[in-house]
Amino acid sequence: MKYSILILLCLVLSLSSCADKNNPNYQYFPDMYQSLAYETYQEATIFPNEQEAMLPVEGTIPRGWLPYNYKNNPEGYNLAKAELKNPLVYSEENLKKGQELFNIYCATCHGQKGDGQGWLVQQEKILGVPAYDDQGRAITEGSTYHVMYYGINTMGSYASQMSEKELWQVNHYVMKLKAELEGKPERAFETEKETKQDVENTVEEEVAITE
Amino acid sequence: MKKVILRPSLFALFFILFSISAYSQDAKVDSTATASAENTDTASSVVPGGDPAKGEKLFKSLCATCHKPYERFVGPALNGVVNKYNGDFEWLYAWIRNNQQLIKSGDSRAVAIYEEYNQTAMNTFPQLSNQDIDDILAYVEQPKPEPKVAVADNASAGGQAQGNQISTDLILAILSFVLLLLVVILYLVNKTLNRFAEVNGVKIKSEDERPKKPLWKAYAENGFLVLVTAVIFLLATAWFGYGYLMQVGVDQGYEPIQPIHYSHRIHAGDNKINCKYCHSSARVSKHSGIPSLNVCMNCHKQIAEVAPETQAKGKEEFNVDYNAEIAKLYEAVGWDKTTQSFTGESKPVKWVRIHNLPDLVYFNHSQHVTVGQIACQQCHGPVQEMEVMYQNAPLTMGWCINCHRTTNVKVKDNGYYTKIHEELSKKYNVEEFTVADMGGIECGKCHY
Repeated sequence: MKYSILILLCLVLSLSSCADKNNPNYQYFPDMYQSLAYETYQEATIFPNEQEAMLPVEGTIPRGWLPYNYKNNPEGYNLAKAELKNPLVYSEENLKKGQELFNIYCATCHGQKGDGQGWLVQQEKILGVPAYDDQGRAITEGSTYHVMYYGINTMGSYASQMSEKELWQVNHYVMKLKAELEGKPERAFETEKETKQDVENTVEEEVAITE
Repeated sequence: MKKVILRPSLFALFFILFSISAYSQDAKVDSTATASAENTDTASSVVPGGDPAKGEKLFKSLCATCHKPYERFVGPALNGVVNKYNGDFEWLYAWIRNNQQLIKSGDSRAVAIYEEYNQTAMNTFPQLSNQDIDDILAYVEQPKPEPKVAVADNASAGGQAQGNQISTDLILAILSFVLLLLVVILYLVNKTLNRFAEVNGVKIKSEDERPKKPLWKAYAENGFLVLVTAVIFLLATAWFGYGYLMQVGVDQGYEPIQPIHYSHRIHAGDNKINCKYCHSSARVSKHSGIPSLNVCMNCHKQIAEVAPETQAKGKEEFNVDYNAEIAKLYEAVGWDKTTQSFTGESKPVKWVRIHNLPDLVYFNHSQHVTVGQIACQQCHGPVQEMEVMYQNAPLTMGWCINCHRTTNVKVKDNGYYTKIHEELSKKYNVEEFTVADMGGIECGKCHY
């Protein structure tokens, strides 16, 4: 009996040693396993760089999206800072979504309260993150959006991670945090109707399409 | 210090006293301060009245976004800036508080530096007082600290470690020698004793020498035992055979070598970066894509090297040079560390995809992550503890269906379910229902 157990053990060992964690396992008749169509992110030799994902032609506009018209330079920044306004309604729903997104994308550095004391800053991995009530920067709705869209200095662009609408939702939450840091009273929630009266803003339409 | 001491002026004496009191904690600062005092002949410390400790705090919260003291970053390296402008503090105050105004006023030095850095506008800091700026300047004007870790490695720790190694080696050698000696002695003693016994005619009793059946013969003659063994053997064969067949095509534990050693442990674990920060498309798309390199550069523009402890840990535990891995990222994205700019020569990183479903399955991340609110770890395992990513779940059909049978649909706050929830709960008198109840195990739902 002892011997049979030993033989079994050997068998198991020899079988299990076939498995190699660096390579995928054997497959049995993989009929419809590999895609004939081109799948997102895959590698394909016919494309430049063998990258399946190719850039759209510059200047084209997909449905439900409009280009952002401010340039990525100091003039564009100042212009956006002065005149760009948040087209979304300041509603509880938007603010809640904004908070959720803020905690994913921004709070790592800027801190959950927007005071520039995120976890990475506390660990001294990333330094020089200002608080939102920083007087020298004096952020506005427009400048915040501009910076999220393009990035500024060491901060990168977040336009690839969030849609325009989501950026504006975060924007609402950032402005709320700023008001909190400055000790200003909380802004009252608006309903759809109030803002629709003072529309006439191209950006407003843009978001309407996105929605 | 020498030069100053040689100068027999009262001024110098005053300076020594002053600098000692200001920088009593660091003698090296003292000497550079002296040197610059010599140069500019202002006969004061580089930054009189500046407190480097306070400056460090301010620097790290306000300036470190774009400046490093000893290296070029977005803006220039700041060490030596006071000498560069000949100690013209008024100009520095004006520049730091509102550089835009200074440039507009046509100040030649301001315009020159603005042009040199590709017209990158510096932030304005109207909130800083003269004292604050003095503190910051005092901090950046401190001479570059010796790299402590390297020094420790070379001099003290290195020497000690080597010494330790030699001594442990020595101890091991001595121990093994002693052991060898003992073995030899025992053997010799045994041999001598045997010889004595032989000479004295003492017969050493060997083991029982009864004639004995070999074990296998005894076993073969016992029919019952043979039967039991045969049954066990058959069962075991079936068990292992079935087990083998059931794991064909299952890639649980698949852990390929990636082109860049990316550590989820450091990013998602130590640094607590949210999963959706990089895998942002999991919220909205069928694919939870691998982040593009611009997401890497959101942070790694600033983080070119990992902390020394992290680097040491990487080398010891995982045999990885993390800094070299970051260099690989820079190469792929085309980032020139020295000029802090993109070269425009990029090439994609060929990550190896671990979680593969056959093409005949439709799986959508967003409806599980955003709608179903399922935690990432539930399917992908403790990713924040994985140094190298591996496949945690089997991703077999049974695994999917098991979960669909036991998970309740999140109907709360979802307008889509309001009506059906109302009606179903009335009809079947239940509050909760599983994905399977909603038709989540129908063929067409996943296989079209």
